[in-house]
Formats: sequence, structure tokens, C-alpha cells
Amino acid sequence: MPRRKGAPEVNAGSMADIAFLLLIFFLVTTTIETDAGLDRMLPPIEPPDENVVIKQKNIFTVNINKNGQLLVEDQLMQLKDLREAAMSFLENGADGSCNYCQGRKNPESSDNPDKAIISLKNDRETKYSTYITVQNELVGAYNDLRNREAQRLYGRDFTVMEAEFLNPETPSNVRDELKDKVKRVQEMFPQKLSEAETTSN
Amino acid sequence: MGKFAKKKDGDLPAVSTASLPDIVFMLLFFFMTVTTMKDSSLLVENTLPNASEIKKLEKKDRVIYIYVGKPTREYQKVFGTEPKIQLNDKFASVEEVGSYILAERAKKPQELQNVLTTALKVDKNANMGLIADIKQQLRKVNALKVNYTTYEGNAFNNLQ
Repeated sequence: MPRRKGAPEVNAGSMADIAFLLLIFFLVTTTIETDAGLDRMLPPIEPPDENVVIKQKNIFTVNINKNGQLLVEDQLMQLKDLREAAMSFLENGADGSCNYCQGRKNPESSDNPDKAIISLKNDRETKYSTYITVQNELVGAYNDLRNREAQRLYGRDFTVMEAEFLNPETPSNVRDELKDKVKRVQEMFPQKLSEAETTSN
Repeated sequence: MGKFAKKKDGDLPAVSTASLPDIVFMLLFFFMTVTTMKDSSLLVENTLPNASEIKKLEKKDRVIYIYVGKPTREYQKVFGTEPKIQLNDKFASVEEVGSYILAERAKKPQELQNVLTTALKVDKNANMGLIADIKQQLRKVNALKVNYTTYEGNAFNNLQ
């Protein structure tokens, strides 16, 4: 029997229901992730072979007690002043080998950014939120200095350049170009942030 | 004047729903692209602290997650209110962290095994003692790259 009309029309009335079902399924099983944070490297467990002697003036000690109070270089300090203090320690440049530092060249403070080490120590009962705030301020001190130098050399912020360099969607020719710049600024202020083991006193 | 003949009262025109599937599909695709699959349901409270100097974690396949926080209310009767560690879908002790990292690392392809990051999703009310123990465990298995996952915001809001 030959067909008289074309193909019969499919009823699409239930399409909306099906799509709603899928939508609700995806809403329930997925989350919008918050995957950003402070990147840190832990020290390796085996101690270095040779015993390195570090001068006391090249170490910037930060102690957090269990009440969240800060002891910086044996003096009580407010958290909001920490970034400023860390920055002036890092770019002190007492031995004069750092020509881009704008520090006071105080002989009692760090020799140059390459030697300057920040040592962070905390109590076992320190709140995690306090610890993160301190970490944030110390990383912020490095970032501020690096941003300043990157602005001077390349007219852009270091954090922006680094984010673009780490982004996998950046084309590779742009990334190769950024790699040297990022590395150069990183070497101007190498991040030396040591975390001692916690104490419980 | 018969040109504009009045319609009868109560005879509302039907709203066309033909574009409804298109709208819903658009929503569906939006949610499919901006969200990711939940990998484990949370057994612990997980309000992350704020930080401003953050870096994005790219490439989810290179990340191992560790959750820390107080057990949620339904688990508090069994597990108490002290902060605990959650690995995958169950509570774990500090000693298990090392073997968990090794097991997760073994699951990843060979070329990624050296570039893994451990994301610590820690509730802001946890104490550093537990975190220090976890860090010690991570150092033992040589998983040195960590990321303290935080929300973006002013870090001083943590102190209130």
C-alpha cells in the first residue's frame, strides 16, 4: 500500500519533560567547585647533607601562639602590620648587591633577597584561619615586591603574568615568552618561606 | 465596523510552549559546562577560610583531596565534635593519610605521578595540630606540593 501522506509527525510535547529531568539530574549530582588556594611546598623529610649556617640577621621569625597573637622578631605585632614588616625585611639589601631593592640597608637585617628567609612557627592550638591569614600576608609580601619589579620591567603585574603562564588555555608561543619573564621576576625575590614543626607549649 | 469583532469573553489565547524544550536545554547545557561532578559527599563541616593571594588549581586530574573539619551534625553522635579527616567517603585517622596518598598516586597515569598536588580543604575552625600531623604524613610519602584551598576574599575576615 503506498503512503499517501509524508512521515507521521512525532509528538514532541514530552521533550520539555525529558529535558527538565536531565537538568534536575545535573543540578543534583554536580557542584560549582572552588578550587583555588595558597600553593606551598613542604620541606623534604630527609635533612640536607651539608650543614648550612644561616646568619641570624637573615632569618625573619614569625611565631603564632595559640591565641592567634603574633611574635615577629621577638616583638609583638598586629597582623595588619605583618606584610609591611616582611617587605622591608626582604628588600633590606644590607650588603648592597641588590640594585633594585629600595630597603633601608639596615646592617642588622637581611643581606639580600636571595639570602632572606622567613621562618614561620605555630602552636598546635593555633586556629587554621589565623594560620591562613598569616600565610596569606607573607605570600602577599612576596607578591607585592614581585609586582613592583614586574611593573618596572614589563609594565604588568607579576601575579597576572604568572596566572596567564599557568593557564593551560594560553597559546604556547605566549607562554614561552612569559616563562622567561616570570622566572626572572621570581629569581629577583625567591620565595624562601620555611615552616618549622609545631610546638605545644 | 465588523472588522474588529470582539472575541468572546473567557476565551484566552493559548500560550505557545513550543520553545520550552529549547529554553530548558539551554539551561541544561549551561549547568553541564560550569559544574563538575561531585566526587565525594562531605561528612565534615567545610567552611574554608578566605585569602586574597590565591592561585587557581588547574587540571583536576592532578589533584588529591583531603578534607578536614568537625563531623556534620548527623555524625556527631558517633564521631564526636573534634575535627576529623575525611578521605574519599569515610573518616580516617592521621596514620592512614600516607597510605591514601600512595594509593591515589598509584591510580594516576605514570606521567602525572610526579606532578600531583594535595589540596587540603580544611574548615577554618580546625586547629593546626591536626594539620601539622597531616603535613608530617605528606612529607613521609614525599607529597610535598600542597594547596591550602580557600575562598577568594579578604584574609582579615577570618579573624572575626
